[in-house]
Amino acid sequence: MCLAIPGKIESISGDDPLVRMGKINFGGILKEACLAYVPEARVGDYVIVHVGFALNRVDEEEAHKVFEYLKQMEELGELEDREAGLPPAGGKT
Amino acid sequence: MKYLDEYRDGERARQLAREIHRITTRPWNIMEVCGGQTHAIVKFGIDELLPKFITLIHGPGCPVCVTPLEIIDQALEIAARPEVIFASFGDMLRVPGSTTDLLSVKAGGGDVRMVYSPLDAVRLAEQNPARDVVFFGVGFETTAPATAMAVYQAAQKGLKNFSMLISHVLVPPAIEALMSSPNCKVQGFLAAGHVCAVMGYEEYPPLAAKYHVPIVVTGFEPLDILQGVLMVVQQLESGRAEVENQYTRAVQREGNLPAQDLIRKVFRVVPRKWRGIGEIPQSGLGLNDAYAAFDAARKFGLADRQVAEPAECLSGLVLQGQIKPHECPAFGQRCTPEHPLGATMVSSEGACAAYYRYRRQTPDVAGKTP
Amino acid sequence: MSQVPIENFALACPVPLAQYPHVLLAHGGGGKLMHQLIGKMFLAAFRNPLLEAQLDSTVVEWTGRKLAFTTDSYVVRPIFFPGGDIGSMAVHGTVNDLAMSGARPLYLSSAFILEEGLPMETLWRVVCSMRDAAQRCGVQIITGDTKVVDKGKGDGLFINTTGIGIIEHDRMIAPQSVRPGDAVLVNGDLGRHGMAIMAVREGLEFESRIESDSAPVADLVRQLLQAGIEIHCLRDLTRGGLASTLNEIAEAAGVRIDIEEKSVPVREDVHAACEMLGLDPLHVACEGRFAMFVAAKDAERARQIMRDHAVGAEPAVIGRVAESSMPLVTLKSVIGASRILDMSSGEQLPRIC
Repeated sequence: MCLAIPGKIESISGDDPLVRMGKINFGGILKEACLAYVPEARVGDYVIVHVGFALNRVDEEEAHKVFEYLKQMEELGELEDREAGLPPAGGKT
Repeated sequence: MKYLDEYRDGERARQLAREIHRITTRPWNIMEVCGGQTHAIVKFGIDELLPKFITLIHGPGCPVCVTPLEIIDQALEIAARPEVIFASFGDMLRVPGSTTDLLSVKAGGGDVRMVYSPLDAVRLAEQNPARDVVFFGVGFETTAPATAMAVYQAAQKGLKNFSMLISHVLVPPAIEALMSSPNCKVQGFLAAGHVCAVMGYEEYPPLAAKYHVPIVVTGFEPLDILQGVLMVVQQLESGRAEVENQYTRAVQREGNLPAQDLIRKVFRVVPRKWRGIGEIPQSGLGLNDAYAAFDAARKFGLADRQVAEPAECLSGLVLQGQIKPHECPAFGQRCTPEHPLGATMVSSEGACAAYYRYRRQTPDVAGKTP
Repeated sequence: MSQVPIENFALACPVPLAQYPHVLLAHGGGGKLMHQLIGKMFLAAFRNPLLEAQLDSTVVEWTGRKLAFTTDSYVVRPIFFPGGDIGSMAVHGTVNDLAMSGARPLYLSSAFILEEGLPMETLWRVVCSMRDAAQRCGVQIITGDTKVVDKGKGDGLFINTTGIGIIEHDRMIAPQSVRPGDAVLVNGDLGRHGMAIMAVREGLEFESRIESDSAPVADLVRQLLQAGIEIHCLRDLTRGGLASTLNEIAEAAGVRIDIEEKSVPVREDVHAACEMLGLDPLHVACEGRFAMFVAAKDAERARQIMRDHAVGAEPAVIGRVAESSMPLVTLKSVIGASRILDMSSGEQLPRIC
């Protein structure tokens, strides 16, 4: 359930935090979403939006973690291959 | 799309899959709770990349599938009334009630409208003061902040022609109910990422400890699901049963506090019947007395009712992960996406529909379809 | 007028009435329900081999010449949408159906069903759009009809266009000509039309708006034929999208079609709109787009010709035909796993789950 997708806040309107709305850019498409639940969000932040509501900000640092982890695994794999005298694995392009 | 497409990278997906293969030494049954995760698994073929030892069981995380028959029948009754504009998410329009569905009510003249957000329904009420707008509030905790805000804003605006038919359900009680069933085969969980984005995951450690199951909060893209599976298997292989968070870019332990505040303000926890499973205590949300005027069931004087499911439909057993869809005698014969017997065949992420669409040619399933 | 006896509907009608006593929107959605309605009611009643071929345009032989004949009705809402309107669609759509037999389109008819109360200004805009489209396509609208229905009975404006074209090649362009080993191509990126319409309906705005891909393709098809491309089959992608069309061909030709998701061109904004609404671009309606089955040796050359023909479209080779004991369409996902690509049952609806 819970189709929610990431988009970038382009503009924010409304002072009352409970009716704060933002124009969110999803890959080139703009749609409004309610920002009541992300009071700390600013223009330029990415948020996860479900049925017209931003549920959370995307933590950009955390977003990279899985790629760092995979990169480490890859390097570890290459290191182990080298130590075992194997040629580096192809197909990493 | 940033923060979406990069989590569909094929090479990295295969890398995660290889690591899962490397560490898996025994068969494990892992349940993904959320229908959106089921959808991704089937759409991308994620389970094909996993070792045969790992069985993914599709959980009851599809609010469409678990909305009780009684409530759907109430929705159909309200939608058929000439003074009503019945607003609903697209998901619910094809779900069969006892005799018909919302799309058929629309074909018969009912004013049934699909909306993207509950706020659209509030807008409809403002624009149509002479009509009664009723919104079908279905969903897990992920959707509750949105429906809560709709009711809250309707109250602020003093709208008298807006009400909501509520069928919100909560995930942790469902997991508890599943785990306490003697037939439960689930050994590890991928918890629903967006539900946890709202509610956090502080309710899970007691469950993990009580039933000795690893629970990993997981996202929805292939890399998320594969990493979630990897983390569960790592725990299973080493005998741990802890709560971990894979979906750290969107989920914090305490969840979204402003959202939880408004949910508590507008809703209270109630017992809820889950279609195919039965009543689970403390597993639903209903409106607080302060907002009782917005309760459509009360407004339209709809009595509680008991409706029996067609005996043929085994969606309950499917939802609990006890049988696979093709093990149901009606699967592919009397029950297909074109004429479904139950919600799991209608919903795009219902396990039965997914199996029918994507699996019917594989050897174990092929015998069951025309 | 004498009364023609009509068989008792309930007894004669093979459509499962118990399931669908009324027509649903899904019956027009391009998916399984529509195909069932066509197969079990229309084909069963009208019964002739020409109709049963179920091609975009039917080829008939008459006094030694081969003619292509087709009809289509246009009910799109909104009437005016980014990239076109019901009028230009009505011309392009029917011209393209003729092109799918490799015919040179010659003449169209145009029948209007107008709802009482439709502004004349609206009708004039649509008619001018049809005039311009017909000129661009080199066809003449030579006959027509006009009816007006009571207010509330017609949703503004419906148009039916019927077309005749002439076949000037000697190929049999039809599913029967599809062979294992054939390459499958599309002439451009998918889903623009369906998402352009959905976006207007759902109130999505754009930085650069999604425009319908409604456009004539007859010229392109002629170029491909003149270049000697060995075309086995053509079919336009309309309601139900690529998934529907490929399943129709697989069924009619009795083959397996294997598609690679990463080869299927979809523009970023269409992709984003689909993600937002939970839709799959492979099931979204297109307009000026078709699937083409060619001999493998001609695949790359065909792609070049299509690329040189239209600015901005992204023609692509998206898959291959394989031999099979049962008709099937498979999709290799972006992460490399395969699954079946089925047609949807009815309309694809936006979802929140």
